[in-house]
Amino acid sequence: MDKFLGIQLKTPLVLASGILGNNAAILSRVHGAGCGLVTMKSIGPARRDGHNNPTVIDLGCGMINAVGLPTPGYDNMDAEWQALSDRDFPLNASIYGGSVAEFAEVARFVSDQGPDCIEINISCPNSDHHGMLFGVDEKAAHAVTAAVKRVIDVPLIAKLTPAAPDIGRIAKACEDAGADAICAINTAGPGMVIDIEAKMPVLAFKKGGLSGPMIKPIAIRCVYDIFRAVSIPIIGLGGVTTGEDALEMFMAGASLVGMGSAVRYRGIQVFDMVNRELNAWLDAHDTTREAVIGAAHHLTGTPTHEPVSIKKDRSSRDRKDTP
Amino acid sequence: MIFDRKPVMVQVTRKTVHNPGFVTLFFDLAIDFQPGRFIMVWLPGVDEKPYTISYHGPERFGITIEAKGRFSRQALSLSPGDWVGIRGPFGNGFDIIPSPHVAVVAGGCGMAPLAPLVERLDPNLYFVHGARTKDFILYPQRFAVKRHFTTDDGSLGHRGFVTDLLAAEIRRRKDQAQPQFDMVYACGPEMMMHAVFTLCEAHGILCQVSLERYMRCGFGVCGACVCSDQVVCTDGPVFNSDQLQKMTDFNRTALLKSGQPVALSEYVSWRCQ
Repeated sequence: MDKFLGIQLKTPLVLASGILGNNAAILSRVHGAGCGLVTMKSIGPARRDGHNNPTVIDLGCGMINAVGLPTPGYDNMDAEWQALSDRDFPLNASIYGGSVAEFAEVARFVSDQGPDCIEINISCPNSDHHGMLFGVDEKAAHAVTAAVKRVIDVPLIAKLTPAAPDIGRIAKACEDAGADAICAINTAGPGMVIDIEAKMPVLAFKKGGLSGPMIKPIAIRCVYDIFRAVSIPIIGLGGVTTGEDALEMFMAGASLVGMGSAVRYRGIQVFDMVNRELNAWLDAHDTTREAVIGAAHHLTGTPTHEPVSIKKDRSSRDRKDTP
Repeated sequence: MIFDRKPVMVQVTRKTVHNPGFVTLFFDLAIDFQPGRFIMVWLPGVDEKPYTISYHGPERFGITIEAKGRFSRQALSLSPGDWVGIRGPFGNGFDIIPSPHVAVVAGGCGMAPLAPLVERLDPNLYFVHGARTKDFILYPQRFAVKRHFTTDDGSLGHRGFVTDLLAAEIRRRKDQAQPQFDMVYACGPEMMMHAVFTLCEAHGILCQVSLERYMRCGFGVCGACVCSDQVVCTDGPVFNSDQLQKMTDFNRTALLKSGQPVALSEYVSWRCQ
């Protein structure tokens, strides 16, 4: 059993916000598949439909998406809050707003619904009016974190964007404002994909956040920078799909590791798979997760054991059905 | 071939107008397929929506579109030579049982995913197709196997529901001590599929139905199409009796574009806008 911000977690793995988390039943299933902490889709101040399709495209090396923060609105989710009140799994509620006041308004209400922690999404690139502005400016990040911290009585996680010129400084501003943990990274970019036959961007919103294996080196660097800047724990995510990826994230300084796009490549069972791969590596190297957290910051690192090959099942669930 | 990443732009090569409300667009593209799987169809500048493959050959496939909302009306107006983007196929498809004792139950444009299935099932299958009126019967000449019709107005076949005929056939097999259905396949309005499921449950008969929900990614990450704890685009769209028994959202709840769960009737009226 892992403990994070006082919450008992059965594994050190986290479901990234925006992935699957649309109802209590699917969140429960993801938890059952080996995910320690599941995150709800970001909840906003008022009903929002998000963008027209195409919204999510797989590029093979990762995905590009501009779903556009769809939400029923925090005060329009009674049935969901009711279903979640009987849950037997730890829940992270992601929230967003268009202003400090909106963040606080949503946070106050959501906190009363009894999530185990609240994650402020100050890093979404897929809306013109929400999120990312707060994540690239130290003063704004401090202001929104402090305002939310004042009105909630559960731990606060700040979800950061790699678009920040110095993500360590943003993380420090959040820590100073009372954040209990940092989650990094949200999608990178934004990027754009143009179809040359249609002669137009594929995404309806034109630009979108990048995720999956192609952004892993960016995510590792960000977590590494944040680890040096703050003393609060870090949820590291961005491109993790295997146990080896998770280890890289731990060594960069993450206490927990999140996954999102990995569900595309290895299915919901990816959480169980990564747990097994992670534990196999730790056992083979006669070490523990606690011992490898931040290991990459010790400049004299040497192999403790002969490298072992970890059996990985990379089979794509989508292809197996096809003759 | 599988085209499950960036959309592939293809030209409409042929268009069949079945009646004012239904057209089939054909594309000359070899695509891997099992009956019941679907593709995402992108009309650049308009939107992208899931459609089942209703015709499939080695070098060509077709999708059948019913005039419903903004997107489908635009798709209906496409002509040979026009370009669309496609991604897929996605989803699981029907589990095909090699038995002569199977039934296929189609309601309205629910015929589209079932048509390639009918062509692969044993020709002795029991086949029912219901529609509003005679004019709304899809593919009237397509099949060599016998099809029993029902219409709301009695303009063709039995006036009433597809389940009237299915129930009578189940009873007949029971009364005459003939082998009972090993599987019932259904696609149509969710209320109809639920009636088929309930009927099958009452007689201990297995069934498979194909569900519809608002979709975004098509490959199981965004969660827009969740139905209870099932992800319709990857766990489905075809679900069997065992799964349906546990899916309390079946025939009850669906998510709007915002993610808000609403009663199925409210969802259906939104989808027809």
